[in-house]
Amino acid sequence: MNARKTTINPGHIAVHAVLIVVSVIMVIPFIWMVLTAFKSLGESTAIPVQVFPSRLRWENFSELFAQFSFGTMYMNTIIATVLRVTAQLTFAAMAGYAFARLRFPGRDVIFAILLSVMMIPPALYLIPKFLLMTQLGWVNTLQGYVVPGFTSAFGTFLMRQFFKTLPEELSEAAKLDGCGPVRTFVWIMLPLAKPGLIAFGSFATLWSWNELLWPLIILNSPDKMTLSVGLANLEGEYVSEYPTMMAGALLAVMPMIAMFFFFQRQFIEGIALTGSKG
Amino acid sequence: MTRPAARRKERYEWNVVFWAYVLIAPTIIGEGLFALWPLVQSIYLSFTSWGVFGQVEWTGGANYARLLDDPEVYSALRNTIVISVASVAGTVSIATLLAVLLNVGVRGTSLYRVLLFLPVVTMPAASAMVWKWIFNGDLGLLNGALSVIGIDGPSWLTDRATALWSIVIVTIWNEIGIGMIILLAGLQGVPRSLLEAARLDGAGPIASFFFVTLPLLTPTLFFVVVTSTIGAFQMFDAIFLMIGPEGYALDSAQNLIFLFYKEGFIIGDKGYAAAIVLVLFLIIAIVTAVQFWLQKRWVHYG
Repeated sequence: MNARKTTINPGHIAVHAVLIVVSVIMVIPFIWMVLTAFKSLGESTAIPVQVFPSRLRWENFSELFAQFSFGTMYMNTIIATVLRVTAQLTFAAMAGYAFARLRFPGRDVIFAILLSVMMIPPALYLIPKFLLMTQLGWVNTLQGYVVPGFTSAFGTFLMRQFFKTLPEELSEAAKLDGCGPVRTFVWIMLPLAKPGLIAFGSFATLWSWNELLWPLIILNSPDKMTLSVGLANLEGEYVSEYPTMMAGALLAVMPMIAMFFFFQRQFIEGIALTGSKG
Repeated sequence: MTRPAARRKERYEWNVVFWAYVLIAPTIIGEGLFALWPLVQSIYLSFTSWGVFGQVEWTGGANYARLLDDPEVYSALRNTIVISVASVAGTVSIATLLAVLLNVGVRGTSLYRVLLFLPVVTMPAASAMVWKWIFNGDLGLLNGALSVIGIDGPSWLTDRATALWSIVIVTIWNEIGIGMIILLAGLQGVPRSLLEAARLDGAGPIASFFFVTLPLLTPTLFFVVVTSTIGAFQMFDAIFLMIGPEGYALDSAQNLIFLFYKEGFIIGDKGYAAAIVLVLFLIIAIVTAVQFWLQKRWVHYG
């Protein structure tokens, strides 16, 4: 309240100035993406640069679906993301709870091994993973793409840290009431873990949606591809069709931006949590 | 009196132990099958050679000998180091500046935070398209802006002198948001009472930043430096998307991960690729260990 009274603070003006300049630089690629998605080809490559489209050309978007199997790729990405995130959340919550709250032989050793998995560059697994998929006949299939991403060492770690912060008395009270470990987990711990699940769920969704290297390796026909790989290919096919490409890029980034706006607080707290507990 | 060890053993409730194993089973199977076992296999593969028809042959240390002799490996190593050092330095310094400014708490802080974080949630395949165009020599926005002040910019992504730096710029743009959020959380952990005490002792805002805030922020800075270095050593997307396997300037920008991808999945020499990625893993492990060893020189734990 008091701060509002001091109307002009020269320090604050300087802070605004820097933040505005940096924010604009950071956002320019998005603005350019949106503007170009509605331009004609001529407008998009005009010299000197034409900033605004003369009118909103929605046909650039319909072009994507008509000439390029964009709808299929969109569906592929949605299906793969839903499957992977659901599995990761379920399995990470289960294991995280067990590591945080249950006593069993080998717990600490197994957990230490899981932690060491987090330190290893994922590229190290790619070749054997790909060879395994070849043996199973899963190359260029949905299951080949999603099944190796059903579990997450990072998610297990995050959920364990989260379950550790919940009061011990709760599970003891549940035990006195005759709840077994599974009922305590499902009915008492899981509902309390909602903020942790949302934080990890949004990370997992973001990674799955945006992932490039694994789908690039495992998926090779347009009807199986995800948006990431599809856009990389779109560039090859429509080299200078800038408006069509930008329309595709815009549609591909929209869901994650929407999710970020929706779960902003959990997202940011989740990052801060991994940062401080790291 | 029973011995403590024996007592601890008795305390396992077998009902709980059974369910605990059931609960961890999917994660253990998944990570075992798709992480731990592949790790073992990668080590084995790095000692083999792959023929044109997929026949595998044990060749001992031949891949490693070849690697030590391969000029492409050395240039990729150099690019890896340049990309990592430059992008981590750029990311951490800009992210620190932004976190400090956001921490002032001016009006509109949450809007700035959202805008600055936006690149983090953006699909690299989509943003790379825009960046590629921004960097385009003839039609690009960057050269358009430079021509206003009379500079004739290069064709950024196909010029061997600038390709690598274009990749660094995009990497920094991509990573700033994460570092900024973690550092902001670190700044908010600096006790107000200490800053108040410094102020009473006559320290101005700049002095109290360098002598109070910054030392207390070093554990967070250390975390951000270590994790973003590990990430930067494995940077792949921007190189693939903006320069590509057939790019003119590829050899001046490709890093070890990209070379690994090229050898393993384009050329198909999976043994050699496995050796490259294992060497990269070793380098990351050494760099991380050195960072931990150096931390006592500059990180203050309260």
